[in-house]
Amino acid sequence: MSKVKQITKMQLFLPIFSMILVMLVNVVYDIACGNPPFGFFAISTQVTSSGNAILYGRLIDILNRGSEVAILAIGMTLVVSASAGTDISVGSVMSLSGGMCCMLLAGYGVTNVSEYAKPLWFGIGAGILVAVVCGLFNGFLVAYLNIQPMVATLILWSAGRAIGLLLCNSAIVYVRVPSFQVFGSYVGFLPTPILIAAVCVLIMALLLKFTALGTFVQSVGINKKAARISGFNSAKIILMCYAICGLCAGIAGITATSRIYSADTNNIGLNMELDAILAVALGGNSLGGGKFNLAGSIIGAYTIQAITTTLYALGVSSAQAPVFKAIVVILIVVIQAEPVRDYLKKLSAKKAAAKEA
Amino acid sequence: MDSNIALTMRGICMTFPGVKALDNVDFTLKKGEIRALMGENGAGKSTLIKCLTGVNKFEAGEIHVDGIEGAIVNKDTMDAQKKGISTVYQEVNLCPNLSVAENLYIGREPLTKIGTVNRRKMNQMAAQLMQDLDLDIEVTKNLEEYSLALQQMIAIARAVDMDCKVLILDEPTSSLDDNEVEKLFGMMKRLRDQGVGIVFVTHFLEQVYAVCDGITVLRNGTLVGEYTVEELPRVKLVAAMMGKDFDDLASIKPEGTMDFEHAPLEIDAKGLSHAGTIKPFDLQIHKGEVVGLTGLLGSGRSELARAIYGADRAQTGILKVNGEEVKIKSPIDAMNLGMGLLPDDRKAEGIIGDLSVRENIILAMQAKAGIFKKIPMAKQIELADQYIEMLQIKTASKETLIKRLSGGNQQKVILARWLATNPDFLILDEPTRGIDIGTKTEIQKLVIKLAQEGKSLIFISSEIEEMLRTCNRMAVLRDGAKVGEISGDEMTQEGVMHAIAGGAAHE
Repeated sequence: MSKVKQITKMQLFLPIFSMILVMLVNVVYDIACGNPPFGFFAISTQVTSSGNAILYGRLIDILNRGSEVAILAIGMTLVVSASAGTDISVGSVMSLSGGMCCMLLAGYGVTNVSEYAKPLWFGIGAGILVAVVCGLFNGFLVAYLNIQPMVATLILWSAGRAIGLLLCNSAIVYVRVPSFQVFGSYVGFLPTPILIAAVCVLIMALLLKFTALGTFVQSVGINKKAARISGFNSAKIILMCYAICGLCAGIAGITATSRIYSADTNNIGLNMELDAILAVALGGNSLGGGKFNLAGSIIGAYTIQAITTTLYALGVSSAQAPVFKAIVVILIVVIQAEPVRDYLKKLSAKKAAAKEA
Repeated sequence: MDSNIALTMRGICMTFPGVKALDNVDFTLKKGEIRALMGENGAGKSTLIKCLTGVNKFEAGEIHVDGIEGAIVNKDTMDAQKKGISTVYQEVNLCPNLSVAENLYIGREPLTKIGTVNRRKMNQMAAQLMQDLDLDIEVTKNLEEYSLALQQMIAIARAVDMDCKVLILDEPTSSLDDNEVEKLFGMMKRLRDQGVGIVFVTHFLEQVYAVCDGITVLRNGTLVGEYTVEELPRVKLVAAMMGKDFDDLASIKPEGTMDFEHAPLEIDAKGLSHAGTIKPFDLQIHKGEVVGLTGLLGSGRSELARAIYGADRAQTGILKVNGEEVKIKSPIDAMNLGMGLLPDDRKAEGIIGDLSVRENIILAMQAKAGIFKKIPMAKQIELADQYIEMLQIKTASKETLIKRLSGGNQQKVILARWLATNPDFLILDEPTRGIDIGTKTEIQKLVIKLAQEGKSLIFISSEIEEMLRTCNRMAVLRDGAKVGEISGDEMTQEGVMHAIAGGAAHE
């Protein structure tokens, strides 16, 4: 009993529990259809048309497709914690970053190239840089001008995508060079996005472990005034969080662009800011700022992707999927809500009491 | 139930994780009685009140209230109010931008036939209520136009108007000056005469004897006893609260007056000011000296200290630290020069509520070290253990969230935060507010010990006695300006009073 209690008390219990729940649905469905029960978890290798062996399976697909949201969730977690607000511009900034990158690689006004106009590193660097600048712009508005995060980031939410479109001369710019496609496809047998997301998460985890980043961000998020008296420069810290969030949007943007080896600025990262915010919330983090748990957000991000993938596997059409996704999200959020948790606790306490009597 | 009893609580038990907060506590309140609820920090006063008002769920025991059959359990404060138990907290929980009448009837406004608020009737009722309570207040004015004391009284009026049998006043006088306290006491006495039972929680011993009829003392979650005021003179009350004899406070200061004329200067401020809070002032503090800042609440004593520390950036003047001219733009600049500030508003500017005791202790140190030089966990644990032991911080563990600690223990954690940075110059703004007697003495001793180690301190307190015990010199403030200094023979209770009051006291 006490062990069960210990586990359920853990901060990550509910995010992990939700994730397992989604997987369970898959198992049940597979059994019902007469498929092998653990088909969901099966990972196999397939040989592509070009002769490479790559990993294949639903789990891999979730990890792969969920990469962008996972990367965004890293930055979003910091922004939420430090400023008690959300950065709703990340999806748009992703698109801008991809547009910038492809415009440079193809040359302005050119819509289809099979050779770089500028070196690859230059394009990617500029794409990520412009995203960081966007983050700094958001951060400046929030930290130094005290504008509400939602309003401040609303500017780039609408403008970012439009600037990207301008850069691409209102066209879809294709970069048909294999070395550009790497970031959205495979290195060896592993999907590259998984690798990129893993590296991003690892770097942030190391930063949290070996620097005082967590203490700085959380202190400012919990009590800005007290943090200031104790020697923290709240404005600088908030600015930094938004810059990191921009950086994450840039990386996610390049990854998403590389997947389709083209800057489709109207569609890259569309509505992804909402998934990123949802990931933070599903991870058990309060959107009111303060304490945060990075692992929770990452699990949240993959949970969202798992729901989507599961729905497709169940044969729900992509047009109807959002409805079912909403239902699942409501369920998960409700289990995590404080009053519901208290109620469940009471229920189990009553049961325990009844058992003793 | 006896007909002149307003409230009885019997055998109340309540456990927090790792701590028995209340152990079989009894409490009785008669009608028309003002009863002080006394005890050190963490004795269980707040917990007992929260059990009564339904904020905390108690595990055993029962509560009876006059006029209700059988034992009651309140679900929340609204529920408690319906049963005639109202609470007024230290911080006024009203809306400053609404009118007095609106505040009085918020959530229970009289309505017109079509369901809108009947303002005329509301204002009439409010005016009548003010008149009944003998308060000279224009009910249509906004709440913020009245002083904190009057706001507090309006909060009480609101509580009383909801057919209140038991009124709980939790540290109502902490932010009031003497005059305002008198007014509040007048109101409490009037309510008592109307038959309301009042529970009065305070840390000011003299106030207990000024207004109360009975005293209930708690210690470590248990009941020490229920007394009448006559039975329990001051010294005995302190002994009952602490469970030991009163440490002789007068004897903590070293013998003989010290001469700082020739000691090197730590702080030399000339013409510092911050618009709207403190007019230009000069202040010199020598190494090893404790300088008190005294004056009425709002006289600028906190603001003077904040201008030096950079909490409110000084806009004019020259500041020399250790003989060198410096520019302080924000607190971190001051910290890098060896300063520290324990702010007077612990909740708003002191604690980081959702972080643990350990994290709160190392906070300032970490800020000084910078983001990339994380203090190793082993060192953090060592420091936390050291200060929990040294300042006797009562906490379930060093990983407990600081917001779960009692006020006095939170204060000790903030103190530990600054001590950990080993400052040369420490500003303590009301370090003993809301803290029990035993801890007060410890903090005063600590101040003197730090001074003996050659550190300089600014000590700000509303209790003159406490300042006389610790300070070598005092600066007097009035209306946002430094008006003088007192030292040597002038440093008596009377001398300080005269200085604070200025010319008026001689008339």
